[in-house]
Amino acid sequence: MAEPTSISFLPSRAGDVALRWLLFAVLALFALFYLMPLFVMITTSLKSLDEIRTGSLIALPERVTFEAWSTAWSSACSGIQCEGLRPYFWNSVALTVPAVALSTLLGAVNGYVIAQWRFRGANLIFSLMLFGCFIPFQVVLLPMARTLGFMGVAGTIPGLVLVHVIYGIGFTTLFFRNYYVTIPVELVKAAKVDGAGFFRIFWSIFMPLSLPILMVTVIWQFTQIWNDFLFGVSFSQAGTQPVTVALNNIVNSTTGVKEYNVNMAAAIIAAFPTLFVYAVAGKYFIRGLTAGSVKG
Amino acid sequence: MEAMLEVRDLDKNYGATEILKDVNVSAEPGGFLVLVGPSGCGKSTLLNCIAGLESISSGSIHIDGRDMTHVSPKDRNIAMVFQSYALYPTMSVAGNITFGMKVRGVDAATRASKLQDVARQLQIEQLLDRRPSQLSGGQRQRVAMGRALVRDPQLFLFDEPLSNLDAKLRVEMRLEIKKLHHDLGATMVYVTHDQIEAMTLATKIVVLKDGVVQQTGSPAEIYRRPANLFVADFMGSPAMNLIPARASREGSGTRIQIERADGAPVELIDTGNGDLPEDVILGLRPEDIAEAGFRSGHHVHEVKCLIDMVEPAGADTFVVSRLGGKQVTARLHSDTMARPGSTLDLVFDLDRVSYFAPDTGERLN
Ligand SMILES: Nc1ncnc2c1ncn2[C@@H]1O[C@H](COP(=O)(O)OP(=O)(O)OP(=O)(O)O)[C@@H](O)[C@H]1O
Ligand SMILES: [Mg+2]
Repeated sequence: MAEPTSISFLPSRAGDVALRWLLFAVLALFALFYLMPLFVMITTSLKSLDEIRTGSLIALPERVTFEAWSTAWSSACSGIQCEGLRPYFWNSVALTVPAVALSTLLGAVNGYVIAQWRFRGANLIFSLMLFGCFIPFQVVLLPMARTLGFMGVAGTIPGLVLVHVIYGIGFTTLFFRNYYVTIPVELVKAAKVDGAGFFRIFWSIFMPLSLPILMVTVIWQFTQIWNDFLFGVSFSQAGTQPVTVALNNIVNSTTGVKEYNVNMAAAIIAAFPTLFVYAVAGKYFIRGLTAGSVKG
Repeated sequence: MEAMLEVRDLDKNYGATEILKDVNVSAEPGGFLVLVGPSGCGKSTLLNCIAGLESISSGSIHIDGRDMTHVSPKDRNIAMVFQSYALYPTMSVAGNITFGMKVRGVDAATRASKLQDVARQLQIEQLLDRRPSQLSGGQRQRVAMGRALVRDPQLFLFDEPLSNLDAKLRVEMRLEIKKLHHDLGATMVYVTHDQIEAMTLATKIVVLKDGVVQQTGSPAEIYRRPANLFVADFMGSPAMNLIPARASREGSGTRIQIERADGAPVELIDTGNGDLPEDVILGLRPEDIAEAGFRSGHHVHEVKCLIDMVEPAGADTFVVSRLGGKQVTARLHSDTMARPGSTLDLVFDLDRVSYFAPDTGERLN
């Protein structure tokens, strides 16, 4: 795998050195600017309400307290219920994990078929799937609600899993297909002569090759599904709502004073899993996006 | 003797494009059949059809007397070595070689012993734990061979197995394949576009062009008596000299006249080949043109030629002259005195001559 080529500066003259420092300064400024909201969120979540009211927005907390975090996690109120994000967080987990796993697996099989078992009409099917990636979600809300109703899974977590799997397949298929087309077709031929069948070739030969693109797909799907709000709010009911919907309800609940520290903590909690996944698997993400052909 | 492989009236189309047209090919048990032809002529396609990896549009394929036309690749009792080797990238060398046996449910002890046998045979014992990406081209080639050998099939199919190797290694591996063929006594079908490989390995050569078989025969037949201009030009290096000439009857034989820019036409008397049409293309291999005094026989004709170019090539020296508007190459001894710009007496050995019709390209004698 080729390392990204780094631009090397030759500090042969003082002007070059100055230019380099200027560049770093500008980059640092942009980075600071970009990180500012996160900084404010974290510091605010560690302050008490009194301190927020009296202090400056960007000041560090005088007295660090984790009270807002525990409130956000287990006792913040949304509407009439005051049980924090916790149940909804686990809803999101219960919904995201199977949805990511299923859509990724189906995308892998689809991509494998389309790229390596070129059957008549494969390109047409692939184009239609691509088209599916670009249909605005609002368009499908009503038909989907009807479908879920027919299937008897309206308002349930399996229903939401189904929705996310269906809308994820377009992208996951695209990812895997584009990865697998770079693999020479002779590999499948060799395996066929060796006696392996469709799924054997998939599991023994293609899956082990797929780690980079698997990571890309998992991160992508995880981010999409975890962060989804529209489907979550449309197809859930009290008790099955994902964390994004609960976060919205907590932040928008009108009773009492605005607890900014709790809101900030809740937002960070809701965003944490995607950050975590990226931190753990991010290097594969970058590699997977640039990796293509299999050499050797 | 019943043929080990018999391809009858095979057609292969991709949509409306005909890739293979009415191909008939057969290989005797223990034979080494080479499919040769220029790039894109359908060699790989034909091999894939034999392996069952491509469906055929019409015709039939028999292996060892059994109709295999609709049998899946794994049941055809074949093994195949691919042009790109197609090693499984995430498996070790051992894993690559034993994958087929694993799929077929062969027990671990048998797998291990067969692996050892093949590894010894191909001298890759020390590589068994490596991944394909950690191997050199030649080593990958051996592993690909190992994967085929371990199956112990009735029929080996090779798709340009040496084309990715450098020249020296290619010669080595060519010898090794020849030895392997001799030791195993198995039937092999071998695709190449390298006519030297074809000549050295084959017991039988099939020349393909645009999906049509041009000629089938032993290497000597193909070399000595090419069926048409395409085969004459394709097989042999340097290529056969193909010189436009005029023929007229002379007793029971033929008088051949070849125009040349710088003097009177060359006249040759061929005592055979009495019924040639007026316009012919005369074909002579470079080695059938020699320096005067080095070749005897009653069919040898001496011609004074102006030498354009002299190319020493180690054991031989090629000299190029111009006859009938074409470059004519002769293969001479390396100690020839020929110099560019001077004249030299060359002799044409008409015992070995081929005549072709200029319009159809077909052989006339
Ligand atoms: N899937 C396909 N669809 C359409 N045409 C194809 C397909 N596969 C091969 N062809 C065409 O069939 C012809 C023969 O291809 P083939 O690979 O058999 O050639 P080849 O003789 O093996 O050439 P090379 O020496 O370059 O390997 C080519 O013109 C090619 O473009
Ligand atoms: Mg080929």
